[in-house]
Amino acid sequence: MTDLALDKLYGFYEQLWRIRLFEGHVQRLAAKGEVPGFPHLSTGQEAVAVGVCAHLAANDYVFSSHRAHGHVLAKGSDPYATFAEIIGRQDGLCRGRGGSMHLVDAANGVMGATGVVAGNLSLAAGAAWAAQALGDGRIAVVFFGDGATGAGVFHETLNLASLWQLPLLFVCENNGYAEFTSREEHSKVAKVSAFAAPYHLPAETIDGNDVLVVNAAAAAAVRSIRSGAGPRLLECMTYRMAGHYVGDAQRYRSKEELAAMKEKDPIDRLRAHLTQRGEPAAELEAIEKRVASEVQAAVERARQAARPDPATVLDYVYSQPLSTTAEA
Amino acid sequence: MKISFAQGVAMAISESLAADSRLLLIGNGFVGLNMEARALLEPALREFADRILVAPVSELALAGAGIGAAMAGQRAAVDLSTGSFIFQAFAQVVNEAANVHYMSGGQTTAPVTFCSLAGMRSAGAAQHSHRIQAMLGQVPGLQVLVPGGADDAYHMLKWALLQSQNPTVFISHALLLGETGELTPGAPMLPVGKARIRREGRDLSIIASSITVPRALEAAQSLERDHGFSVEVVDLRSIAPLDRDTVLKSVAKTGRAVIADECHRSFGVAAEIAATLAEEGLAYLKAPVCRVAVPDVPVPFSPPLEAELTVTADKIVAGALKVLNAGSTMRRPV
Amino acid sequence: METTFIEIMRQALDEEMTRDASVYLIGEDVAAGGAFGVSRGLVDKHGPLRVRNTPISEAAITGLATGAALCGLRPVLEIMFIDFATLAMDCLVNQSAKYRYMSGGQLSVPMVVRTQAGAAGGAAAQHSQSLESWFIHVPGLVVVAPSSPVEAYGLFKSSLRLDDPVLFIEHKRLYAMKEHLPADAAAIPLGRARVAREGSDVTVIAYSAMVRTALEAAQQLAQEGVSVEVIDLRTLAPLDIETLVRSVTKTRRVVIAHEAVECGGVGAEVAARLGAAAFDELDAPIMRVGCPFAPIPFAPELEQALLPGREQIVRAVRELTS
Repeated sequence: MTDLALDKLYGFYEQLWRIRLFEGHVQRLAAKGEVPGFPHLSTGQEAVAVGVCAHLAANDYVFSSHRAHGHVLAKGSDPYATFAEIIGRQDGLCRGRGGSMHLVDAANGVMGATGVVAGNLSLAAGAAWAAQALGDGRIAVVFFGDGATGAGVFHETLNLASLWQLPLLFVCENNGYAEFTSREEHSKVAKVSAFAAPYHLPAETIDGNDVLVVNAAAAAAVRSIRSGAGPRLLECMTYRMAGHYVGDAQRYRSKEELAAMKEKDPIDRLRAHLTQRGEPAAELEAIEKRVASEVQAAVERARQAARPDPATVLDYVYSQPLSTTAEA
Repeated sequence: MKISFAQGVAMAISESLAADSRLLLIGNGFVGLNMEARALLEPALREFADRILVAPVSELALAGAGIGAAMAGQRAAVDLSTGSFIFQAFAQVVNEAANVHYMSGGQTTAPVTFCSLAGMRSAGAAQHSHRIQAMLGQVPGLQVLVPGGADDAYHMLKWALLQSQNPTVFISHALLLGETGELTPGAPMLPVGKARIRREGRDLSIIASSITVPRALEAAQSLERDHGFSVEVVDLRSIAPLDRDTVLKSVAKTGRAVIADECHRSFGVAAEIAATLAEEGLAYLKAPVCRVAVPDVPVPFSPPLEAELTVTADKIVAGALKVLNAGSTMRRPV
Repeated sequence: METTFIEIMRQALDEEMTRDASVYLIGEDVAAGGAFGVSRGLVDKHGPLRVRNTPISEAAITGLATGAALCGLRPVLEIMFIDFATLAMDCLVNQSAKYRYMSGGQLSVPMVVRTQAGAAGGAAAQHSQSLESWFIHVPGLVVVAPSSPVEAYGLFKSSLRLDDPVLFIEHKRLYAMKEHLPADAAAIPLGRARVAREGSDVTVIAYSAMVRTALEAAQQLAQEGVSVEVIDLRTLAPLDIETLVRSVTKTRRVVIAHEAVECGGVGAEVAARLGAAAFDELDAPIMRVGCPFAPIPFAPELEQALLPGREQIVRAVRELTS
C-alpha cells in the first residue's frame, strides 16, 4: 500500500479536505438558516468515498444514499453546482428540484442519491444489469449505510445480483448508527459482510477510515468485477462524526465515544502517513489552503446564484408533453 | 388547558400505555422533532420500556409485526416515521392489515395503529413530503385519521390506541406539530367519523382536513374581515370514514364550496368530496366547486418552488372569491 | 382471424422486441410465459437474456427495471398481479415516478410495468383488486388501462415508446376476449379518450373491462329508447378531460363506471373535473358506479354481489333519464 505514487496520495489528501470543508460550509450555513431542509453530513466517512471512487471511470454508475455529498464530490462533480443544489438554486445539479438528498449528476455517472433508506440498492442492480446487457464495460457502485441492511430489499438485491452475476459493488458504510439507533440495537448481525456469504457473494470488512486500505480493497474489488466475476461487497467500518442530520442533538452517544472516534479521523491518519514518509508539512498546508479557497469560492458563488423561478415548478415531471396532463 | 398538537400525540400515547397493558409500541418516534412533546413522552417510554421495541429500518417487517401482535390479542402502535416511508410497508398495511378481518369472515381483527408524520414539511423534497391520505382512503378496511387540531390529535389517537377494533393510519402533519388548541380533559370526543364544524358561516363552505384546517380558518377570517363574507369551515377529521352528510348539510346551507386539500389535485381527497357534491349536492350548488390543492408534480426541494405549490390561506381566499363571485347561468331542472 | 387479448399482447411484445434491441422483458416466470401465458415462447425467439425470470422480489425487480431504464435499457417488467405492486410501492412512488423531476430533467425512466388487475372469479381479496387510482395520484407515472385486445396492442406500443414510466394494466377478464387485429393496426396515442359508441342522452365513462360492460348496457338501453354515449378513457393519467366535456356538452348527463372501489377512485376525479369544467352543462347530478367499500370476497355469489356490472350502469342511466 505504501508504494502509491506521491501524486496519488496528495490527490487523496486534497479530496478528503474538499469533502470535509464543503460539508463544513453546509453545516455553517445550515446553522444560519441558509440550507433548506435537513442535510446529512458524511464528516468522518470521507475516506470511503474517496478510496472507492478512485477506481471508477466517469461513466461508471454511482448510486448514493441520503448522505451523498462525499460520494458526489469524490466522483468528480462540480462543487459549485453541487452546493447550489444543496441550497436550492437554479444552477444546482438538479435545478433546485432535488436538494441534498437527491443529488444527481448524470453526465458524471452520479445516478442519484435517495432519501429512502435502502431505496437505491435495487436501482444500482438495474444499472449494473443495463451495463451487462449492453456490454459497455461499466460497473455500478451503490453506497449505503448499515441501517439499510434492515430492509428486505437489501437481501432481495444481494440475491438478484449474485444470481445474475451483475457488475455491481456494494459499499456499506458501517458508521455504527441507523439514524439514531446504534448497530447493536438494530441488528444481531455484527458484520454486514456476513450477509453476503449465503448469497455466494465475496465480501470483506475493512477499516473505512484509512483511505489507503479502502483504496487497495476497492482496487481489487473493482478489478474483479470488471473481469466479469460478479458482484462484491465491501463493508467499510467508519464513524459518523456528525449527527444523523444537521441539528441532531445526538443524545444517544457519549462525549467519550465521540472523542475516541476523533482519534481515527481519516484526514489525520493520511496526514500522519505522509509526514511519516517525510513529506514536508508546508506542502500539505498548501494543499489545504488551495482547496479551502476553491471550496469557499464555489460556496460564495452558489450563494449568489439565482433561485428557481416558481413559474417553472411544473417542468420535468414528464419527458414529453402528454397532451392532456395538465389541467388549466 | 392549552396543548400543542405534538403534546396531544404524546399525551395520548402516554395515557394509553398506562391504561392498557396490551398496548405495544414498535418504534418510538411519533412526535417528530418536537422537543416539548418528546419531553412529555419520555417518562412513559421509560416506564413502559418493556413494551416498546427499538426498531431497525425495516418498515415492512415492523408493520407486519404490529399487525400480527394485534391479531394475537395485543394492541400495537407502529411508528412509520415520515409519511413517505409507508410505501415501504404498503403491502402489509393495505394488503394484510386492511384485509384480515374481511378475508377471515370476521374471525380475526387487527387493532393496530400506524403512525405517520406526513405532509409538505418545508424542503422535504420529493421523498419526504407525501400526503398519503388519498391513497389510503381508498382501501376498504382501513381507518384514516387526519386531525387538524391538537384536541383531535389527542382524542382520536387515544381512541385508535385503546378502543378501535380496526386497523388505523393516524396521520400527523409536520407543520401541525406546534399548533396549539384548547383541550378539556375528560370531555367526550366527537365520534370518529363525524366532521367538525370549526366555524359557522352562511355564504361559503370550506372543506378542510389536517394542515389545511388552520389555513382554512385563517382564510375564513380574512374573507369576513376584508370582504364581508360569512364562511363556514368543515374539518373532515377522518378520510375513512368520510362524513359526507356534514359536508352536504353545510353546502346545502351555503350553496358554495371550496375544498382545501394538501393532496395532489388529481385523485386526491378533494376529488372525492367534489364528486360527492356533484352526485348528491348538485342541486344546492350556486357555483362550481373549487378545489384548492397541490398541482400534479412531485414536491420540489427549493423553497420558492415548494411555496408555489403550497395550499396557503391566500390561495384558499383566492379560490373562495372565485366561487363567491361566480353564479350559475342556468336554471337546473333537478 | 380473431385472436385473444393474450395472443395480441404477445404479438405486440414480440414486434417491439424485434424492433428495439434495448427492450428487455423481466418478471416472475416470464420466460415460462408468465402467470397468464402472455410471454409464452418469446424466450425461444429473443433468448434467455432478454426474456428473463426473476426471483419473487417485487421491491428489487422494480428497482432493477427502474435502474436499467435510467441506464439505457427499455425494460418491460411484469408484476404478476397488481396486488403485489404493494410490495414495490416505494420504488414506483418514491423512485420511478420522481426520478426525472428530482434530477431536474437529467434522467428519465423509459419502463413499462405490465400488470394484471381486476376480479375474474374466486381469486379473493389479494388477487382481484383494481388499484389504479393509487398510481394515478402519483405525478410522474403514466397509467394505461386498455379495454380490448386491439386497444391493448396500440396502447402498449405507445407506452413502450414513451420515455416515462408507464403502468400498463391488463384486466384478467379481457384475456380471453377475441378480436381481429387489422393489418394496419398502429400505435394509439396516449392521453386521448375514445368515443366507443355515440349517443345523445347520457354519457357513460368507463375504462378497461368496464367499457365492454358499458357497451352492453348501452345496447340494452337503446331498446328502451335511451341513447347512450360510451367513452373509453384509455389512459387514466393523463386524463383526457376535453373529450369528456365535449360529450357532456351534448348529453348533459354523466355516469362514470369502474370496477375499483368507488370511494376515491377515477370516478371521483372525473366527477370533480366535470363538476367544475362542465358545471353549466350538467342537467342532472353526476353518478358514479363502482365497487362498494369492501375487499373482494372469495365465494362467487359474494363476488358477484359486490362487483358493479351492466345492471348497475343501466339503473344509474335510468335514474338520470327518468
